[in-house]
Amino acid sequence: MKYFKYLILGTVFGITLTKAEVISWFRIYEMFKFQSFHMYGIIGSAVVLGIIITQIIKRTNMKSMSGDPIIFTNKKWSISRYLFGGIIFGLGWAMAGACPGPMFILVGNGYLVILVAIASGLLGTYVYGRIKHKLPH
Amino acid sequence: MEKILEILQSPWPWYVAGPVIAFVMFALLYFGNSFGLSANFRNICSILGGGKSCDFFDFDWRKQIWNIVFLLGTVLGGFLAWQFLMPDESMLLSENTKLELAELGIANAGETFLPKEIFTFESLLTLKGIIIIVVGGFLVGFGTRYAGGCTSGHAISGLSDLQPASLVAVIGFFIGGLIMTWFIIPSLYSL
Repeated sequence: MKYFKYLILGTVFGITLTKAEVISWFRIYEMFKFQSFHMYGIIGSAVVLGIIITQIIKRTNMKSMSGDPIIFTNKKWSISRYLFGGIIFGLGWAMAGACPGPMFILVGNGYLVILVAIASGLLGTYVYGRIKHKLPH
Repeated sequence: MEKILEILQSPWPWYVAGPVIAFVMFALLYFGNSFGLSANFRNICSILGGGKSCDFFDFDWRKQIWNIVFLLGTVLGGFLAWQFLMPDESMLLSENTKLELAELGIANAGETFLPKEIFTFESLLTLKGIIIIVVGGFLVGFGTRYAGGCTSGHAISGLSDLQPASLVAVIGFFIGGLIMTWFIIPSLYSL
């Protein structure tokens, strides 16, 4: 039962990304072609609200549901890791037209061929794990 | 009631989706976790036994069950939307996008979520299909772990927390996405 709330949240997220067409290959293409405001509006409004929410949590020392402090961990600074990793991710995102969340939501929408992309993504993550010590971080 | 269903069934505008995403991020923080979907690629590798051959996957994935349940929820959400809230998938794409894609051989852009010329099991027998689906998926899985997060972890959670590292990652996402969309997709999709 303690996991039920996560199932509900995931369901809300899946419905929203489907109904707002975020899972569409075409919306990602349009975004990278600057031909529509739609995706920028979604990400932009989520980030603006997210900044406000994060600031409120930090300034009021808001506690989590279990009463523990809500902790934000600072990401270790580096340029190479985030830039190279980000570029590789971006190439895949635009090519397949989906990032990890939407891939799974597309499966729910009946696009079973995306299971192949997910399997390939798992392999990509595994290969990263195997060769990470050789990459600039 | 019918009116509500009618509203839910029409496409949701950006100013609804953005705030819902921010709410999901907040709820996960309030539950003592954080919003980042690509961590599940690592979790699944660990569940499949990746820890035996690679330290990176040797961790207690049971602590990540919440995230996997969240992920299953997204699949369920997609299914429910498809079954009950989708009278049709067609999108109001910009005319420019439709014209450009028609030239690349993608007819009827925006009638389905994915170009139906490419995203089928049959097209996995073609070079184009293999590159787009298999290589595309691989780059997403590899890149997201290398960058330490995906759109949810960096673009939403990280930028919300004003993390400089996440800004670099998001700039990287866009460099990669722009190179792919402007310079590679035109030749790749007309293969």
